[in-house]
Amino acid sequence: MHPAEFRNPEQDLQRFQRRLAIAGGLVLFAFALLFARFFWLQVVQHEYFRTRAEDNRISLVPVVPNRGLIVDRAGMVLARNYSAYTLEITPGKVADLEAAINELAKIVDIQPKDRKRFRRLLEESKNFESLPIRTRLTDQEVARFIAQRFRFPGVDIKARLFRQYPYGDLASHAIGYIGRVNDRDLEAIEKRDAEDNYRGTDHFGKTGLEQKYEFDLHGQTGFEQVEVDSGGRAVRVLARTAPVPGDNLVLTLDMKLQQVVEKAFGARRGALVAIDPSTGGVLALVSMPGYDPNLFVDGIASQDWDVLNTSEDKPMVNRALNGAYPPGSTFKPFMALGALELGKRTPQQTISDPGFFNFGGHLFRDDKKGGHGLVDMYKSIVHSCDTYYYVLANDMGIDNISNFMRQLGFGQRTGIDIEGESEGVLPSQEWKRKRFRKPEQQKWYAGETISIGIGQGYNAYTPIQLAQATAAVANDGVMYRPHLVRHIENIRTGERRVIEPQPLRVLPLKPANVEVIKQAMVGVNKEGTGARAFAGAEYVSAGKTGTAQVYSLKGEKYVAGKVKERLRDHALFIAFAPADRPKIALAVLVENGGFGAQSAAPIARQVLDYYLLGKLPKEPAPADDEVDEDD
Amino acid sequence: MTSVFSPRELWRRLVAPIDPALMLIVGLLLGYALLVLASASSDRLNTQLINLGVALVVMRIAAQIPPQRLMHLALPLYIGGLLLLVAVALFGDVTKGARRWLNLGFMRIQPSEIMKIAMPLMLAWYFQKHEALLRWKEYVFAALILAAPVALIARQPDLGTAILVLAAGFYVIFLAGLSWKVLATLLLGGLASLPVLWSLLHDYQRNRILTLLDPEADPLGKGFHIIQSTIAVGSGGILGKGWGNGTQTHLEFIPERHTDFIFAVLSEEFGLIGNTFLLALYALLIGRGLMIAGNAPTLFSRLMAGSITLIFFTYALVNMGMVSGVLPVVGVPLPFVSYGGTALVTLFLGVGILMSIHKNRMLVQK
Repeated sequence: MHPAEFRNPEQDLQRFQRRLAIAGGLVLFAFALLFARFFWLQVVQHEYFRTRAEDNRISLVPVVPNRGLIVDRAGMVLARNYSAYTLEITPGKVADLEAAINELAKIVDIQPKDRKRFRRLLEESKNFESLPIRTRLTDQEVARFIAQRFRFPGVDIKARLFRQYPYGDLASHAIGYIGRVNDRDLEAIEKRDAEDNYRGTDHFGKTGLEQKYEFDLHGQTGFEQVEVDSGGRAVRVLARTAPVPGDNLVLTLDMKLQQVVEKAFGARRGALVAIDPSTGGVLALVSMPGYDPNLFVDGIASQDWDVLNTSEDKPMVNRALNGAYPPGSTFKPFMALGALELGKRTPQQTISDPGFFNFGGHLFRDDKKGGHGLVDMYKSIVHSCDTYYYVLANDMGIDNISNFMRQLGFGQRTGIDIEGESEGVLPSQEWKRKRFRKPEQQKWYAGETISIGIGQGYNAYTPIQLAQATAAVANDGVMYRPHLVRHIENIRTGERRVIEPQPLRVLPLKPANVEVIKQAMVGVNKEGTGARAFAGAEYVSAGKTGTAQVYSLKGEKYVAGKVKERLRDHALFIAFAPADRPKIALAVLVENGGFGAQSAAPIARQVLDYYLLGKLPKEPAPADDEVDEDD
Repeated sequence: MTSVFSPRELWRRLVAPIDPALMLIVGLLLGYALLVLASASSDRLNTQLINLGVALVVMRIAAQIPPQRLMHLALPLYIGGLLLLVAVALFGDVTKGARRWLNLGFMRIQPSEIMKIAMPLMLAWYFQKHEALLRWKEYVFAALILAAPVALIARQPDLGTAILVLAAGFYVIFLAGLSWKVLATLLLGGLASLPVLWSLLHDYQRNRILTLLDPEADPLGKGFHIIQSTIAVGSGGILGKGWGNGTQTHLEFIPERHTDFIFAVLSEEFGLIGNTFLLALYALLIGRGLMIAGNAPTLFSRLMAGSITLIFFTYALVNMGMVSGVLPVVGVPLPFVSYGGTALVTLFLGVGILMSIHKNRMLVQK
C-alpha cells in the first residue's frame, strides 16, 4: 500500500493546468485533422464529388414519341393513342414488392389479374424498368396516391400513351397489335441499331401492320434532362429535346368494305382478300373470327389469352395469309388458261363426259352423275366439269401445271406487307422429292396428277394467293405485289412516302386466251354455278365457285348433313368485276361452308354490290341450300 | 442609482450571471445554426426557436446556481439517473429496436441524457471529496462510477450517448491527474480488448463500423448515409453552393439533414469557408471553456468546467467526423446546431454551469 500523499494546492493547480493545456493541444490537433479532411474532400477531391452530386441530381429521361396513327383509305382511324395514368413500380427500388403492392391496394384498386400481369412482366423485364401494376387510373385514384406517395419509394404515377383500336376486332388481322417489348423485339431493335431510339419505349408492334411498319410508326425519341430527388422522382426539367412523332400509315384498305365483309360472314369462319387488280392495293383483308387487339396492349390477361388460344375457331390465326387450303374448282380457270397458253387445248375442243375418268382402272368421279355430255372449255368452267380437268391434267403433266401456276404466284409468298405469310404447297415432282423421306413416297405417280387438275390433292394455297392469281387474270397478266399501305405520312411536314404499286411481273399471256377465260367466268355468274348468287346484279361480274374437301369419303357420295360440321367441305369463290374493266378482284373461303355456290358466292355478291354500287346489305349473306351441287 | 426595480436594474440583474464572451460565441453559433436550419428544414425553425428559448432559460438558471450548491446535487442526480437507467433496462419502451425511453405515464423521458451532466458532476464531486488523498483506490472507484451507467447505456443500445458519457467521465479522471502510466496501460489494454469489445457490440453497431471502412460495398443500404453526406461535403467545394442551393440537401439525398447530418447541409452550401468558420467558433468556445476551467478556484469547479468544455469538443468531433466519413455513424448531434430540444437543453445546462463557475471564480479566495 502506498502511503497517503499530502498534496500541495499550488502543485495541483499547475498539474491541472498542464493537463488542460494538453487537452487543448489535442483539441487543436483533432480540429486540424478535421480541416485536413475537409480540405481533401472539398478542394482536392472536389471535382469528383461535384460530378457525383450532378449524377445524383440529373437524369436523362427519354421522352417517348407519339406512335403514328393507322388510317384507312378514307381517313377512318383504325389505331390511335390516348393518354392515361398508370401506377408503376421500379422493382429495383422496392425492397419488398409484395408488401408494397399490398399497401398500394389499400389506396388503389388492384385486382388479382393486375398482380398476375405484373408478375409476368417482372419475369420478362430487367430490374430497372418501371412496370405498370395498374393502368388507366381514375382521377380519384391518382389524387389518393399523390397524397400518400411519400410512403412508396420506387412507385410513381406516369402519364403514358396507350394504343387503342377503336373498331376492336374489325380488321384485327391486318392491323395487328402492339404489346410490351420482349427479348425477340429487343433483338429486332438491336439489329436495326435502334437501341437509343427505343430507350423508354416499352411497346412494340407484334403482328400485322403494327409489326411490319414498327420503325415508321415509332418516331424519334426525345430526351429531357431532369433533376431528380433521392427517390428518383422528377423535380424539374432542365433541358428538353422534343420527340418527333411517328409517321402515319394511310392504308389501301377500305374499312367500310371490310365491315361489309365481316358482317357478311356473320358467325362463319373463313377468309376474304379483295385486291385492286390495277395496283395490288388490298381493299379488304378478312380472317374470321377476329380478336380484340385492345386486349394485348397492356399485356393480355391470362384468362383472355386462354380463351383465344384454346378456341376451336382459332381466332389468332390469320387465315387469309396463313391458312393453306386446296382451291377446289376455283383452280379450273387457271388450269384452262395454262392449257391455252401451252397449246394443250383450244377453246372449241370438246370431250365427252360420262361422269367419270378411268385412269388405269381407277375411276375419278364427276360431281354430276351421268356426266355433262359434250363439254368444251366454256362449259367446263361455267358448269365446273371435273372430267374435263381430269383429262386435261393428265395431258399436261404435273410439271407443266406447276410451272404455269408458279408464274401466277401459287405456292409462293405474295410479299404483302405483313410478316409471317405462308407459302402454301404447289405440288411438283421436285416438291415431292423434297417433302418426303422414303424413296417410294418421293416418287410422283401419274395418278396423283389427275386430282391436281380440279384443285384437290396436294394443292394448298392461301386465300391471298388465290386473290392475287384472280387479280392477275383480271388485269390481263400484269401482276402487282399486294400491299396494305398506300402511303406513309410525316405528320409534321405533311410529306408523303407513297408505296408505289410494284409490278411483280408481266405474264406473257395471249390476250385472246385471257379473254376466253374471262368470258367463261362471266358465264359462271350469268348461267352457271354462280348464277343464283348473282341473279339481278346491275354489273357484269366474273366468278368461279369451288369446294375444297376436308374429309375424303371412300366411295360414298358426300352428303353435307351426314358429316360433322367441322368435317364439311370448305366453300370457295373467286371473282372480279366489272368484267370489262375490273376494279376489284377477290377470293373468299368459308370454312366448312359446303359448296362454294352455297355460302361463299353470296358473300362475294354482297362485297361487289357494296364496292361497285355502294349498296349496304341488310343481313349476313345467305347460305343458299337450294343450289345445285354441280360444283 | 435609480430604483432597484427600474427596468435597467432588472435587466442588469437578469443578465448579471451571464458571461458575455461565452454568450457572444454561443450566440454566433446559434445564428449560424438557424441559418443552416432555415435551409435544411425551414418549417422546423419555429419549433427550434421555442427549444432555444427553453434552453436559454435553463442556462440562465444554471448560471445562477453557485458551484457549491451544484455539488450537493451530484450524488442524488447520479443515483437517480442510475436507477432510472436500470428502470429503462427493465421496463423501457422499445423504439426502432432500442430500449431508450421510460414512460412515466404523463411523459416519456430518456434517462441517458441526464447522465451527460450527472456523470461529470458526480466524478468531480467525488474527486473534490477525496482531494486530499487521491490514491489508486479512488481512481478504481471512480472508474466503477463511470462504468456502470456507460454499460447500461451501451446495452440499450445507444452507442452515441454511451461514448459521450464515457468521454465526460474520462475527462474528469484525466484532468484529476490520473498518472500517465495508468493512462498508457489503459490505452494498451483498451486496444488489446478491442476484439472482446467487438464481440459485445450489437450487429447494427458492427455494421456501422464495417460500413465506415467500405461504404461502397452497400451503396443503397447501410453505406447510403455516409456516401451521400460525403458527396455533399465534397461537392460543396471551397465557397459552397450557396444558401438554399444544396442539391444533395434539397433533393433529399441527405438523410436526417436537420438533425445528425445537418453538418452535411452546412458543408454543401457554405463550403470549406463555412466549415472553417464553424471550426473557429468551436475552437473559441472550447478555448473560453478551458480558460474558465484553468481559473476555477476549486477542484470540483475545475474538473466540471474542463469536462463540460471537452464534451462540447467531443460532440463536435464525433459529429463532423461521422458526416465527413472518417468516424462511424453514431447518434451524436452537432452541438448547438442540430435540431432537437433535448440535446440543446443539455448543452445549455453545460454552458450555464460554465458561466456559474466563471462568476464564482473569486468567491472562495475571498
